[in-house]
Amino acid sequence: MNAIVKTGLSAAAVSALLLSGLPATAETIFLSTQARPIEEAEAMRNEVLGQYDGEVDYIPQEDGPFLNRILAEAEAGKVSVGLLGALHGNFPVLASADALEPIDDVLSGLGDRKLIGTFVELGKLGTGKQHYVPWMQASYVMAANRQALQYLPEGADVMALTYDQLAQWAANVSAATGERKLGFPAGRKGLMHRFFQGYLYPSFTDSVVTEYRSDKAVAMWASFKEMWKHVNPRSTSYDFMQEPLMADEVWIAFDHTARLMDAFNRRPDDFIAFPAPAGPEGRGFMPVVAGLAIPANAPDRAAAVKLIDYMTRPETQIETLKAIGFFPAVEMDLPDDLPRGVQIAGAAVSAQAASADANPSLLPVGLGDKGREFNKVFLDTFQLIVIRGADIDKTLDRQAGNLRKLMEETGAPCWAPDEPSSGACPVK
Amino acid sequence: MITERTLPYWLLAPSLIFLLLLFAYPFADAFFIAFRAEGQWTLENFRTMIEDINFGLSFWNTLLLVLIVVPLQLAIALTMAMMLTKIRAGRDLVLYVWTIPLGISDLAAGVVWLALLSERGYINTILSSLGILDGPALWLSYETPVALFIAVVLAETWRATAIVMVILVAGVQLIPKEYNEAAEIFGASAWKRFTKVTLPLLKPSLQTALILRTLLAFEVFAVVVALGGRDLPVLMGEAFLWQFDYRDNGVASAYAVLTLVISIAFTVLYLRVLRVKEEAQ
Repeated sequence: MNAIVKTGLSAAAVSALLLSGLPATAETIFLSTQARPIEEAEAMRNEVLGQYDGEVDYIPQEDGPFLNRILAEAEAGKVSVGLLGALHGNFPVLASADALEPIDDVLSGLGDRKLIGTFVELGKLGTGKQHYVPWMQASYVMAANRQALQYLPEGADVMALTYDQLAQWAANVSAATGERKLGFPAGRKGLMHRFFQGYLYPSFTDSVVTEYRSDKAVAMWASFKEMWKHVNPRSTSYDFMQEPLMADEVWIAFDHTARLMDAFNRRPDDFIAFPAPAGPEGRGFMPVVAGLAIPANAPDRAAAVKLIDYMTRPETQIETLKAIGFFPAVEMDLPDDLPRGVQIAGAAVSAQAASADANPSLLPVGLGDKGREFNKVFLDTFQLIVIRGADIDKTLDRQAGNLRKLMEETGAPCWAPDEPSSGACPVK
Repeated sequence: MITERTLPYWLLAPSLIFLLLLFAYPFADAFFIAFRAEGQWTLENFRTMIEDINFGLSFWNTLLLVLIVVPLQLAIALTMAMMLTKIRAGRDLVLYVWTIPLGISDLAAGVVWLALLSERGYINTILSSLGILDGPALWLSYETPVALFIAVVLAETWRATAIVMVILVAGVQLIPKEYNEAAEIFGASAWKRFTKVTLPLLKPSLQTALILRTLLAFEVFAVVVALGGRDLPVLMGEAFLWQFDYRDNGVASAYAVLTLVISIAFTVLYLRVLRVKEEAQ
C-alpha cells in the first residue's frame, strides 16, 4: 500500500516537472549551432541572455540535427523555433529550402549598429535579400609559448611572419630543444581542414578550388611537407591546440581562437597570439561569421526581431565575447576590462584582418550537406602527401578528380579568393 | 494452448521476437542502405568505400590483427586452461584474477594501455628513470606504425584472452579423466596426451572460442581508437567515421556489410575445418 502511494506521488511529481518544462507561449526558442559545450551554453543563458527583457530558451544543437529540425519544421508547416543562430555555411541550405524569412526590414531597423559591411553582404547569401544579420565572428590565429620567441629567425617579426620564416622558426626550436614543437589540430575533431582551405591554399595559390592542383599547389605541398619535419607527430591526435600548448608539448600552434582561449586565459603571461603567416599570394586567413536568422513562418516574428536587436547591441556583443570567445560583428573598440585571453586573441584577430597583405577567404559556401566531403578532400590530400609520403603530382591529380566531381554534384559557384564563376566552381 | 509440446516454443518466443525486432530488422535495414543511393539500387557506396584512401589500409590492418591476435590468444588461453587443471590450491583465485579483463569495457582497456604506453605513460617514465631510454619515446604515432600495431596487439590480447580461456576451461572440465588415464597407462607422454587426447576432445570448445573471438576481432574498434586514433585505420573505425564524421550512412553500411561477409566466411571455414563427428560428441 505504502509503495503504491509512493509511486503515485513520484508520478505526480514527474508530471508536474514535465508540465512546468513545457514551453510557455511567450517564450522564444533560440536554436543555435554555436556555444554548444555546457559551460558556454550556460554562459549564453545567464550572462548574455540574462539581461534580456523577455523569455528565451537557448538550445544549442549540432549542425546535423539543427538543419534537420529546421527543414522538418519548414516542411511540416509547424514552426516552433523563433530565432536561428549558426555559422554562415549553414544558411545556404536553409535559404534554398525557403526555410528562412527575408529580414531586410530588420537590418534597416538596426541602422546605427555599424555591423561590419563584408559580413552584412555575406548575409545576403548572394541573393538580393538579407537572410541573416551578422551575429559574431571568430578566426583562426597562431599561438606561441614565449619561450619559443628567442628562436625566431633573424629579422622576423612575429606579427608579420612568412611561411618560410615559420618553417625556419620551427626548425630552430627543434634544433635547440631536440623536440618538435610546432603543432597543428589534425586530430579527428580538429579543424586542420580550415588551415588548408583558408590559410595555406589562399596564401600560396590565391585560390582554394580552381587552382587546387596547379604548379603553385605542388610547390606549396612540397614546402609544407618539408615544414612538417618539425611538427610534433602527436599532431594527428590534437583536437584543441590549447591542450598541447598548456602541456608544453607544443610551443607554436595554429587553431581557432575559441580553441586556444583556455591557454590564453589560464596562462596569459606565457602565451602570445599572432596572425597566420603569409605566402607568395598574401596572408591567407579565414574569418568565421555567425549570423542570426528568422525561420519562415516563425511563431512570433516580432519577438525574434526584438531578440536580434538585443543580440547586436554593443554591450551584448561584449558579453557574448566574454561568454564564448566570439568577437563582435559590429565595428567597435573593445573595452580594457576584458579577460586577458580575449585581449590576447583579439589583438591577433584584428592584426590579421588589418594586415597590408591580408587575403581573406570564406568558409565554403553552397556545398550543402557535402561540406564534410569537401573537407575530406583536403584532409585526405594531406594524409597522403604529408603523412604517407605519396607522390604530390599523382595525389593532386587523383584528389582533383574527387573535388571536381563534388563541385559538379553540388553546383557550388566559387567563393573568395577564387574568381566568381557562373556555374559550378571549376577545378583546373 | 500451452501444452507440453508447445511450451518450448512459448519460452523461446520472447527472445525470438526481441532478436527479430532489434537485430534482424536493423540488420536488413543496414543491408538495404548499403545497396541504395539516391533512391536507386547501386554499388556506388561500395565503389566509394573501395576507392577511399583508407580502405586498403584498414582492410589489411584488420586482417593482420585478426591473424596475429586470434592464434596468439588461443595459444595463451590453452596454456592457461591446462595450467589450471594442474593447480590444486588457489585455483579459483587464479581463475578470478585471470578473468578480470573480461569485466572491463574495451574502451577502458584501450585507455589503460594508453596510460601505460603514451610518451608520458608509466612504461616511458620507468624506462627513462632506469636510464634505458634517453627521453620519452613516442610509440603511438603515425611515424611508428609497427610499434602502434604491436601496442594494439598487446592490448587486444590482454583484454580478450580471458573469454577464450573461460570457454576452454569449461571444455577441459567436460573431458572425462578416463581417456587421459588410459593413455597414461599405455605410456603416452604428456605432450602426446595433450595433442592426441585433450585437443581432439576439446574441438567443440575450440570451435566456439575461435568463432566468437574471430568475429569480435573483426569488429575491433575502441582499443584502436584509444591507442591510435586515426593513425591505424581498421574496418569498424572507418565505418564509424563514415557514419558520424562524414555522415554517409551508405558507405558506413557498406563497411558493415563487408565485415559481415568476412565474418560469415570465417565462421563457415571454422565449422568445416573443425567439424566434430557425430560419434565424438
